[in-house]
Amino acid sequence: MLSRFARQLALPVFNGVLHPTRATSSIAHTIKVAHKIDETREKALLGGGKKRVDAQHARGKLTARERIDLLLDRNTFREYDMFAEHTCNDFGMQKEKYPGDSVVTGRGEINGRTVFVFSQDFTVFGGSLSSIHAKKIVKIMREAMLVGAPVIGLNDSGGARIQEGVESLAGYADIFQENVMASGVVPQISMIMGPCAGGAVYSPALTDFTFMVRDTSYLFITGPDVVKAVTNEEVTQEELGGAKTHTVTSGVAHGAFDNDVDALMSLRELFNYLPLSNTDAAPIRAAEDPWDRAVPSLDTVVPLESTAAYNMKDVVHALVDEGDFFEIMPDYAKNLVIGFARMNGRTVGIVGNNPKFAAGCLDINSSVKGARFVRFCDAFNIPIITLVDVPGFLPGTAQEYGGIIRHGAKLLYAFAEATVPKITIITRKAFGGAYDVMSSKHLRGDINYAWPTAEVAVMGAKGAVSILFRNDKEHAVQHEEEYTELFSNPFPAAVRGFVDDIIIPSETRKKVCEDLNMLESKKLKNPWKKHGNIPL
Amino acid sequence: MLRAASSIRAVANRGLATAAVARPGVPLDEREGKEIYTTVGIDYNEPKFDKILIANRGEIACRVIKTARAMGIKTVAVHSDVDSNSLHVKMADEAVCVGEAPTAKSYLRADRILQAVEDTGAQAVHPGYGFLSENTKFAAELEKAGAKFIGPNSKAILDMGDKIHSKKIATAARVSMIPGYDGEIADEDMCVKVSRDIGYPVMIKASAGGGGKGMRVAWNDKQAREGYRLSKQEAASSFGDDRMLVEKFIDNPRHIEMQVLCDKHGNALWLNERECSIQRRNQKVIEEAPSSFVPPEMRRKMGEQAVQLAKAVGYDSAGTVEFLVDSQRNFYFLEMNTRLQVEHPITECITGIDIVQQMLRVSYGHPLPITQEQVPLNGWAFESRVYAEDPYKGFGLPSVGRLSRYVEPKHVDGVRCDSGIREGSEISIYYDPLICKLVTHGDNREQALNRMQEALDNYVIRGVTHNIPLLRDIVQEKRFRTGDITTKYLPEVYPEGFQGTSLSPKEQDVVIAFASALNARKLARANQFLNQNKQRSTHVASFSKTYKFVSSLPVKEGERPTEHAVEVEFVEGSANKAQVRIGGKTVTISGDLNLSHPVNSIEVDGEHITTQIVGKRAGEITVLYKGTPFKVKVLPEQAVKYLQYMKEKAKVDLSTVVLSPMPGAIKNVNVKPGDMVSEGQELVVMEAMKMQNSLHAGKTGRVKAVNVKVGATVDEGEVLVELE
Repeated sequence: MLSRFARQLALPVFNGVLHPTRATSSIAHTIKVAHKIDETREKALLGGGKKRVDAQHARGKLTARERIDLLLDRNTFREYDMFAEHTCNDFGMQKEKYPGDSVVTGRGEINGRTVFVFSQDFTVFGGSLSSIHAKKIVKIMREAMLVGAPVIGLNDSGGARIQEGVESLAGYADIFQENVMASGVVPQISMIMGPCAGGAVYSPALTDFTFMVRDTSYLFITGPDVVKAVTNEEVTQEELGGAKTHTVTSGVAHGAFDNDVDALMSLRELFNYLPLSNTDAAPIRAAEDPWDRAVPSLDTVVPLESTAAYNMKDVVHALVDEGDFFEIMPDYAKNLVIGFARMNGRTVGIVGNNPKFAAGCLDINSSVKGARFVRFCDAFNIPIITLVDVPGFLPGTAQEYGGIIRHGAKLLYAFAEATVPKITIITRKAFGGAYDVMSSKHLRGDINYAWPTAEVAVMGAKGAVSILFRNDKEHAVQHEEEYTELFSNPFPAAVRGFVDDIIIPSETRKKVCEDLNMLESKKLKNPWKKHGNIPL
Repeated sequence: MLRAASSIRAVANRGLATAAVARPGVPLDEREGKEIYTTVGIDYNEPKFDKILIANRGEIACRVIKTARAMGIKTVAVHSDVDSNSLHVKMADEAVCVGEAPTAKSYLRADRILQAVEDTGAQAVHPGYGFLSENTKFAAELEKAGAKFIGPNSKAILDMGDKIHSKKIATAARVSMIPGYDGEIADEDMCVKVSRDIGYPVMIKASAGGGGKGMRVAWNDKQAREGYRLSKQEAASSFGDDRMLVEKFIDNPRHIEMQVLCDKHGNALWLNERECSIQRRNQKVIEEAPSSFVPPEMRRKMGEQAVQLAKAVGYDSAGTVEFLVDSQRNFYFLEMNTRLQVEHPITECITGIDIVQQMLRVSYGHPLPITQEQVPLNGWAFESRVYAEDPYKGFGLPSVGRLSRYVEPKHVDGVRCDSGIREGSEISIYYDPLICKLVTHGDNREQALNRMQEALDNYVIRGVTHNIPLLRDIVQEKRFRTGDITTKYLPEVYPEGFQGTSLSPKEQDVVIAFASALNARKLARANQFLNQNKQRSTHVASFSKTYKFVSSLPVKEGERPTEHAVEVEFVEGSANKAQVRIGGKTVTISGDLNLSHPVNSIEVDGEHITTQIVGKRAGEITVLYKGTPFKVKVLPEQAVKYLQYMKEKAKVDLSTVVLSPMPGAIKNVNVKPGDMVSEGQELVVMEAMKMQNSLHAGKTGRVKAVNVKVGATVDEGEVLVELE
C-alpha cells in the first residue's frame, strides 16, 4: 500500500516499487522522509495504541480524536502540532514517545463558526501534562485570542507528567496564565471527560463553563487516597469529585451529561448561543417562532395565593423561542434559574428567581451563581432578561457566618456593572435589598416591567407591621391589611417611574422582543479603570 | 367530510335555533357544537328561570353555563379558592367562593352552596354530575329555601340511588335483571358467603356508588375480603354511605345504557343508547352512540324497558338506565343514574337534542316538546375522555401539572370539545383529572372514528401527562374498528398493559425519516446567523446539502435500538420537502417541517399524517406519531462508530422500594421498620383523586424504613417504604 504522501510526490512507480531511473541517494532520502511523515501521522492517529484505546472504550469513553470528530462539523478539523513530542529523557522516557504527545490540538468549526479545541489523550501517558502538552494548548489559545474565537477544552488527564517534574508545573501555570488572559476576550468552555485532579483542576475553574460526564469524570484537588491519609476520611471518587457532587453540592461544574456523545452534542448546542468573542454581538439566528406570539399561559402562571410557589422555568419556557432553554447549573442553587435562550433568534441570558425552591430567595450560593453568569453575559454582549420574584435575602446565622453580605454584593456588583441591554420583569415579589439587586431601574435597568401581580416593597406585610407597629400587637391584622392595600401592588413603583410599565403577562414576549430590537444600538461605557474590584 | 358538516349546519339554519338568533337582544349561543341541536330549538318566548346556580366545577359547569346563556338565563358559579381563576368562574355572570380546595370543604358544602343560592337570588340549582347531584338532602333543603333542584325529584333519586331498592322497583317494572343477592352485605364473612352462593366472579359495590368508585370485582375469597374492605372505605369517604352489595359479575359483557328524558307531566322519552364498554377499573374511556351491537328491535326493547322503569319511579328529568349486555344480546338492568351523565354529548349529537336545555325546561315545569317518534338517530358519535393520567400505568394513573401549552382541535370537522380548562390551567390532586371530553360526530361510524383520529392527532397538550396515546391507539385498533368490544376490551387487547403504539417496520421508517428531516432542517437553521460577520466557512450547511445521520428509534425499554444510516436531501432547496434515504428505501416527506409549530401536517409518500414535535434536545427529537411520543436519536453519521461504547445507565432496583405511583394522600401505613413482609403484601394505602390504591411489597423481606405518615401528601415517584 503506497502512502498518501509518497503518492503526491508523483514519483514513477512500477508494481508498487519505485522505478530505479536515477538511483540517487537524494531521491531515496526524499522518499524516506515522505514515508516517515506518513508513518508518524499514522502513529499519531493511533494515540497510545490499540490496547489502550480498547481500555478507553471499555470504560465507556471515546478517544481524544473521536471526541473532536463528534464535536466539530465534518472535515473541518485542522490539527496543529501533530509531530510534537515530549522532551523528557529521565526514567527511560526517551524510549517511549508518541507523536503529538498526550493532547490533540487544533481548530475547526461548529455550525460554520470557528472554534479552537484541545482534547487530552488519556491513552498516551494517561493524558498527563508534559511541557509540550502545555505548549500545544497555549499555542492554540493564543491564536484563538488573536482571531477572536472560543476555546473548548476536552479534559481527560491523570495529572502532571511526574517524570518531567517542575516542567510540568510550569506547563500548568502557562495554561492558567493564558486562561486568565483569554477570560472575557473569547468564551472558554471545559468539558471534563475523565479524571482531572490536582493543579489541573484550576484550568477548568478559570474558564467560563465547566461541564462533566456522569460516571466517567472526576474533579478534585486530591484523590480519595490522599484524603484518607491526611484526614482519615473515607470517601469514594464519585462522592468526592463526581458529576453529582460538583453539579449539586459544590457548584464547580455548570452541568452534567449522560455520556460522551450526549455531552459533545450538547456542547454544540451551547456553542450556538455564544458570540465568538467580546467584539462580536450576541448571535442572531434565523427564528421561526413568531416574535409577537401571545403567551396565554403566562396570565395564570403566578398563583392567586401570593405565598404559593410556582416554577419560574414555566415562565422561561413559555417566553423564549420554541421553549429552548440551555440551563446553566440546573441542579445547584435552584432558587435562581440562569441560562441561555433566544428571543426572535437573538441570544439572551435569562436570570430568574425561582419561587419553587426556597421561595426564590437570594442566598450565598444563588448570588454567586447569578453573579458569574451576569458577568459572562456582560463580557460577551449578551442582553440580560431578569425575571424577579424575590422575597429578600435569606436570613440566619448560616448565611451571615457564611458571608452573605460579601457574596450578595457580587450579584449586586455584576448587575450594576453590566452595560449590555438589561430588561427586567417583576412577576411578583420584589422585596427589600433583593429588589435593588435584581437588575432594578436604579442599577441602570433599560426596561423594567411589572406584571399586575407585582409587589414592590421594603418587606412583606407581616414583617413590616411587626416593626412599624411593635407596640400595637392587637391591631396587627388590621395594619397588615392596610400595608397590603398600600404596598402589595405595582403602583408604588410605577408612580415613581421605577418600573416603566405594568404589562399583561401574555404580551411579555412581544414587548421584550421589541425592546431587544430597540436596545441593539445601546451604547453605555463605564469609566476607565484598570479593573473594578468585585467583592470576591 | 366537509359537505356532511355543512349539511348539518344547513338543517340548523332552517330550524328554530337559528331562526331565534336573528332576533335582536337574543343571547349569544356559545354552546359547543351548537349546530347539532337541530331537533329542538330555543323558544325565547317561553317562560324560564331568570338565574340559576351551577353547583359544580370544570367542564360540566361550563357546559351548563353555555346552554343557560344561550337560553338567556343568568348564571352563578360556585368555586373553591384554588378555582378562583378557572374557566367556569370566568364564564358565569356571578361567582361565589364556597371554601377551600378539598371538595369536602367546598363543592360538597351544601350549607355554603345554599347560602350562595340565597345571596345571589338564584331560582334553581343545576348540580352537574358527582358532588351534590344525587344528594336528596341537598335537594330537599333547596326546595325548602324556595329554589328548584334541576334534576329528578328526591323520591326518584332515593329509589334509584339505593341499588337494593332500585332492583326491587325494576323487577316490578318488568325490567330484565342480573342474578344477585337481594340485600345489604353486613361484613367480610357475609360477603364471602354470598359471593360463593352466587358463584365467582362477583361484583362488590357500594349501594350508593357510581362512577367506578367503591366497586371491585372478586374472583376468590381473598379478593372478596379485600374488595369488601377497600370498597367500603371508599364508599364511606366518597358518598358518606358505606352499605355494600354483591352481585353476579357477567363475563365478557358490554356496557350499554339508555338515555331517558322525562317531564313532570308523565311524558318519558328514550334518546337511544350509548355503548360505554371501553372501560378501565370500571371507569369509561371511550363511549359511542349508537352501539354497533344493538339492532333496531333490541334498541326499542331497551328503550321501552328504560321508560317503564322511569315511569315506575315517577322520573322527571334526564337520566340513564344502564344495562349489561351479554354476547347473546341479552340485556340486564344494572342501575339507573339519576343525573346528567358525563357522556351525554354523544346522545346530543345523534338526537339533536340539548339535554341540558330540556333539563332546565322540564325543571321549570314545561312538558317535553317532542314525542318518541320525533327522536331521530342522526349518524354516529364518539366521545374520548382526555384525562391527565399516565396511560402506561394501569391504563391510567392520575397525574398533575400545569398545561403549559394547550390547543383543542376544534378546527377539525365534526369535533366538539367539552372542557373546563385552558392553556395555563393547573390539574391538581383535588379534583377529577378530566381535561376534556373530545366528541366527534359523523354520518356513520367510520367517519366519526376517522374524525376522532384526526382530532386526537391535532390535540396539543403539554406540561401534563395525558392519555391520548392510549385513546389514539384504541381508535385505530382492529377490534375496536369492527365494533368487537366488551368491558374486558383493554385487558384483552393489552394483556401486558398499554405500552404505546407498536410500529410496523414501515411506520418506523416514517418516524425515523420525519425526525431526521426535522434534524436536517434544524442543522440548516443552526448555520443561519444573521449577524455573525466572521462566518465565512465553506462548510456551511444549507438546504442544498446532503445530511448524513445515524438515527435510531427505541423499540422497547432496555433494548438497544437498531441504528440506521439516514441521508436527507431537501428537494430543490425547499425547506419543506425532503427525500430521506433509510437503507435502500427512500421516503419523501413534504408539508410543514417548521420546528416551532405545535402541530405539523405532512405528507409521507403521498399519505397525509398529522404529527407533533413534542421535544427536541441535542441529538434527539421526540415526535408524536399516531398519538404516541417517539424519542428518535438523530446523530451525525460518524456517531455510528461511537454509540456502541456508550454504557447504559444502571436502573434503580425498584423491588426494594415502594414508590407512590401518583400524587396523593396517605390513608394507611400498615408496617413499621423491622417488620417482615411477604411479596404482594399491602404496605401502604394511598388516596388520590378519591380512589384508594393499595401499594404492595415487591419482594419478601424486612422493612428498612417507612418514610411517610398517615395524612401526608406525596408527589409521584416518592419513596414511601424501603425494604432491605
